[in-house]
Amino acid sequence: MTHLFVVDNLALNYGRHEVMSSITFAVEPGDYIGVAGPNGSGKTSLIKAILGLLPPAAGNITYDPSIAGSRSVGYLPQKAIQSDTLFPAKVKEVVAMGLLAHKRGARFFNASDYEKVEAVLSKLGVAELADKKIGSLSGGQQQRVLLARAMVSSPRLLVLDEPTSALDPKIREEFYELLGQLNEQDGVTILLVSHDMASIGKYTKKLLYLDRQIVFYGSYDEFCVSGEMGAYFGPLSQHQFCWRHSHDVH
Amino acid sequence: MTYIELAFEALQYDFIRRALLVGSLIALCCAFLGTFLVLRKLSMIGDGLAHVSFATVALALLLSASPLLVSIPLVILASFAILGLSEKAELHGDAAIGLVSSFSIAVGVLIASIAKGFNVDLMSYLFGSILVISQSDVIISVALSVVVLVIVVFFFNSLFAVTYDEEFARVMGFNTRFLNYLIAVLTSITIALGIRVVGTMLISSLIVFPTVTALQVAKGFKMTIVISAFVSVACVIIGVFTSYILNLPTGATIVLANAVTFALSFSIRRLRIV
Repeated sequence: MTHLFVVDNLALNYGRHEVMSSITFAVEPGDYIGVAGPNGSGKTSLIKAILGLLPPAAGNITYDPSIAGSRSVGYLPQKAIQSDTLFPAKVKEVVAMGLLAHKRGARFFNASDYEKVEAVLSKLGVAELADKKIGSLSGGQQQRVLLARAMVSSPRLLVLDEPTSALDPKIREEFYELLGQLNEQDGVTILLVSHDMASIGKYTKKLLYLDRQIVFYGSYDEFCVSGEMGAYFGPLSQHQFCWRHSHDVH
Repeated sequence: MTYIELAFEALQYDFIRRALLVGSLIALCCAFLGTFLVLRKLSMIGDGLAHVSFATVALALLLSASPLLVSIPLVILASFAILGLSEKAELHGDAAIGLVSSFSIAVGVLIASIAKGFNVDLMSYLFGSILVISQSDVIISVALSVVVLVIVVFFFNSLFAVTYDEEFARVMGFNTRFLNYLIAVLTSITIALGIRVVGTMLISSLIVFPTVTALQVAKGFKMTIVISAFVSVACVIIGVFTSYILNLPTGATIVLANAVTFALSFSIRRLRIV
């Protein structure tokens, strides 16, 4: 199978400070990978490097031509950058922004772009919000709108950085179910960074655990029988990942 | 005579027609750029660059050169200095604006004190004077204003994306640094053109007032720019005629018209909520 992208011996720095090193892994089409690790482990730095926001200090990331140039990568940040209620952006204007990567020159929108915006809003169950100001929406609604912005260009890869940290538990569950549908039904490859170990264990198919280098990368089947991981995490934490995964996914 | 009759009477004067033409185009530029600047919390860059233009006008008068042609490149350089200080020295934007702005005022005051004799002219640039707008100024102002407006329209969606979420714009492959410098250049040109009409002390109000007025009532981004542009041009027209009729300073009258419009718009929003 062709890799969607390959990270090869990557090292990342912030200024002179080394954030992480010796990072090597490959992502396959259709993967749903939970990226976890303690604070300062390099999760967000790795995501930024994959998105092209942070240049490697060493090593490289090789993308399949279908996602090269950021045109087929959707990105969902932790929360809406502009939470100011006066910011005058309608939901449909924010979502349409996700189509700009495919345009050149003046990057004007056409009728088919607005049809795509309506379609993705309907798919994510927020069509009725199209003409609302984004600042007037709840946190859960805003995250759905930003997911629509990430999905409107039908990307092959979706990268999410702590997307549910500001959501209450019920909305969080709904959001994860929505991501699961996108992965299962539409074949979108998902890279999900989260502190929420239990939800990662429940919803994702693979685990990438970082602590300034890769501690573990593979399937839960491998993770759950690994004595090395049992020793690293302690039986309780390993059980937390594995129990939710085996009960809720399989 | 009624206000309308007096306004028609004013139109027979060349300087009024020039002020209306140049002022309206500057107002449009300020409204377009102001929306991006205010929403990015960069409102004060207009104020800072206006202070720079005080020094550049003083320099131009010292050299007996055209204030417009001296001001435009130097104000652009100052805007680059502000952006450069923010990036390289890791200063917050407002601190960088403060540094460049106060330095420029100091330079302007020094030039004015060294070269006595043009302080009356300099005062006309401080608070604006429509009487000093020459025919060549009109030609340069119209040409540059049209260039500014065309560029803003061309990059409209890109500028919106950067204004809403710069990180996302970078993920999509936008050259956000280029867009930031583009806004700085366009703002610098607009400031240098605008000081003729409202003066260095008041030009930043044309960037801030129409946008915050529009923000009170607009829902979408495009609607904000349309309302802002309408308010901005209307206030210039009202300001020019009213100042002629009541014999008031034009720049200050335009700013007061903007302040009244903002108060009305703010009241409309509050009443809706209550």
